[in-house]
Amino acid sequence: MPTDAEEIWRYSRIGDCTIDAFVPAVPATDPVDAGEVAGSLPAPVAQMLRAIGAPSAFAVTRNGSLGGIEVAPELVHDGVSVAGVASRSPGDNVLGSVARGATDLFVELNDGFLHDALVVDIPPKVRCAAPIVIVHWVDADGAAVFPRTVVRAGAGAEAVVVEVVASDDVTALVVPVVELDIADDARVGHLGIQHLGRQVWQLGYQASRIAAGAELLSFTGAFGGFYARQRIDSVLAGERGVSNLLAASFGDDDQMLDFRTFQRHDAVRTTSDLLFKGALAGHARSVYSGLIRISPGARRSDALQTNRNLVLSEGAHADSVPNLDIQENDVRCSHASAVGPVDEDQRYYLESRGVPPAEAERLIVLGFFSEVLDRLPVPAVRDLAIGQVAAKFAGTSVEGQPGG
Amino acid sequence: MSVLEIRELVAGVAGREILHGIDLSVEAGTVHAVMGPNGSGKSTLAHVLMGRPGYTVLGGSATLDGVDLLELAPWERSRAGLFLGMQDPIEVPGVSAMAMLAASTARHATAGDLGAILDAEATRVGYDVSLLSRSLNLGLSGGERKRNEMVQLAALRPRIAVLDEVDSGLDVDALRSVSARVEAATEEWGLGVLAITHWSRLLDVLRADVVHVMADGRIVANGGPELASELEETGYAAYAQHAGT
Repeated sequence: MPTDAEEIWRYSRIGDCTIDAFVPAVPATDPVDAGEVAGSLPAPVAQMLRAIGAPSAFAVTRNGSLGGIEVAPELVHDGVSVAGVASRSPGDNVLGSVARGATDLFVELNDGFLHDALVVDIPPKVRCAAPIVIVHWVDADGAAVFPRTVVRAGAGAEAVVVEVVASDDVTALVVPVVELDIADDARVGHLGIQHLGRQVWQLGYQASRIAAGAELLSFTGAFGGFYARQRIDSVLAGERGVSNLLAASFGDDDQMLDFRTFQRHDAVRTTSDLLFKGALAGHARSVYSGLIRISPGARRSDALQTNRNLVLSEGAHADSVPNLDIQENDVRCSHASAVGPVDEDQRYYLESRGVPPAEAERLIVLGFFSEVLDRLPVPAVRDLAIGQVAAKFAGTSVEGQPGG
Repeated sequence: MSVLEIRELVAGVAGREILHGIDLSVEAGTVHAVMGPNGSGKSTLAHVLMGRPGYTVLGGSATLDGVDLLELAPWERSRAGLFLGMQDPIEVPGVSAMAMLAASTARHATAGDLGAILDAEATRVGYDVSLLSRSLNLGLSGGERKRNEMVQLAALRPRIAVLDEVDSGLDVDALRSVSARVEAATEEWGLGVLAITHWSRLLDVLRADVVHVMADGRIVANGGPELASELEETGYAAYAQHAGT
C-alpha cells in the first residue's frame, strides 16, 4: 500500500484508505441489463444521455461486468467495433499497450481484477458523427470495482467518447483505467464525467499516446466521491501531435478531489495545453500536481499547464504544485497556478450594476468554468457540468452566506 | 425631482483620509463636472459613493432622494438609482454584460426585452452588439470599454450617474459618442450627472451646468462652464497651492 510520504501521493488521503474493507466485485453470471442500469442512473446523468440522443455506440458496465453493447449499423458497416476483450482472438494484446507497466498499485489491481475490458476500435479514416457513450455503474455495497476501457483510433479516424463513472449511494472502491491509443492524424475526444456517491473512493488512471499529427481533447468533470483521484498521463509520441487536457471540478462538504497529470513530449513540434479549474466549498480539499517533461530531441515543442482554484469557504483548501522538466532548449513552455477566493473587484463590478452578492458570486463561479466548458465538443456534457457547478454552488450559498 | 446630496463627506482608504469634507448637490437633469489634478481625490469620491470595498466613510452623508446611500451595499445603491461609470471597467471572465444586466435588480426603469434594448443602445454608441454576449471588458479597447459602460447605463436608467474619468483612453469619435449619449440621457429621463474628469474636452459635447474644482480632497472652487475653459488655459497650479495652505 502506498503512503503519502511518496511524492506522487503527497497531500492525498491514501493513508485513510483501508483497501481490505473492499471485496472485489464478483463477475456477473447473467448479461448486464443496460436498460435496468439506465433506469438507475442519477437524474443529471440520465438527462445528459437523453440530450446526447442516438449515440454512435453505447456500452454499459455494472460493478465492472460488461453488458448491453450497441453499435449504430452504419458504424458496424464501417468496421467500428465495441466489444469485451474476452471476445477477441487470443494473441491480440490490447491491454497495457498505452498504460505500460504498473503505474501504481491500483493499476496493478485493475490488471489483476478486471472482469473484462471494453475495447473500442475505430478503423482508419472512419468518422463517428455522434459520440460513443460508455457508462460504468456501481451499485454493489462494499465492492472494489475495476472498469477498463481501451480506445484505439486508427490513422485519420475521428471520434468522441463520453465516459461516465457513476454510483448509487454505496461504499465502494472504484479503479477506472482508460487507455487511449491515437494513431497518426486521428482526432479523439474523451469526455469523462465522475458522478460517484459520497462514500466512494476513486483511484482513476487515464493514459494516452498521441501519434504524429493526431489530436486528443481530454476532459475530466469531477464532482462526486469522498476521495476521487484521477491520474492523467499523456504522451506525445509523434511529431506535431496535440494534447488538450481539460478538467472542471467542484468539491464540497468533506470531499477531496486529487489530480495528477503528466504531459510528456517525446517528438518534435508537439503541443500540449492543460487547463484544470476547480472550485471548493465547505471543508473540501483539492490537489493538483502536474509535470511537463520535454524529452531530449523534442524541439519546437509547446507546452502549457494552468491550474486555477476558487476557494469559496474558509474551511476549504487547495494545493497546487506545477512542475517542469525541460531537457531540450528550443521549446516554449509555461505554467501558471492560482488558489484564491472570488475576486473582490469582479464582485464589486457586478454589484455596482445591481446584482446581489450571492447572484454575483454565482455568475462569477459559472464564468470561471466557462473557459473550460466552452471548449467541450458535446453540448450535453457541457450542460451537465454547468448544472453540477450550479447545484453545488446553490448548496454552498445556503450554508456559507453570513447575513445574506 | 431626484437629487444626490453629499454633505461634509469625509472618507479614506487604507487608514488614510483622502476626502476632507465634500459638499455637492446634483439634481435630476443637470450635469456637474468635478475637475482637478491627479491625486486630488476625485476617483475616491466616485468609489466611496458606490461603496467599493476598502474605502471607509469617516463622516458626513450622501443621500439619493433622501435614502442614505452610505448605509447600503453597492447593489442596493444601484437599485436605489445610482450608477458608476468606471475609469477602468473590471474584466469578468465568462460573465457577459447581457447575463449581468439580466441579473440586475436595478432595471426597474427599463421594462421590456433586454436584448432589444441592448441592441438599440449598442447601435447608438457605435458598439459591436456581439460583444455584449462575451466576457465583460476582456480584451476590449479603451473605447469599447467606455461604450460598453454607456450601454449598461442606458439599460439600467439610473437617476444619478457618477462618471469617473469616462473620457480617459478615448479617441475623438468614442469621446463624442459617449458624451453625446450622456447628454441625451439628461433629456430623455432626466439623468443627473456627476462627471469626474481631468480634462475639459469631455465638456465639449456634455454641457456642464456647474463646474467644481477639487484639490487635496476638498472642493476649492465652484462656477459655471466658463470655469472649465479657464482651467484649460491656466491648469490646476493655482488651486493646488490654494489647497495646500
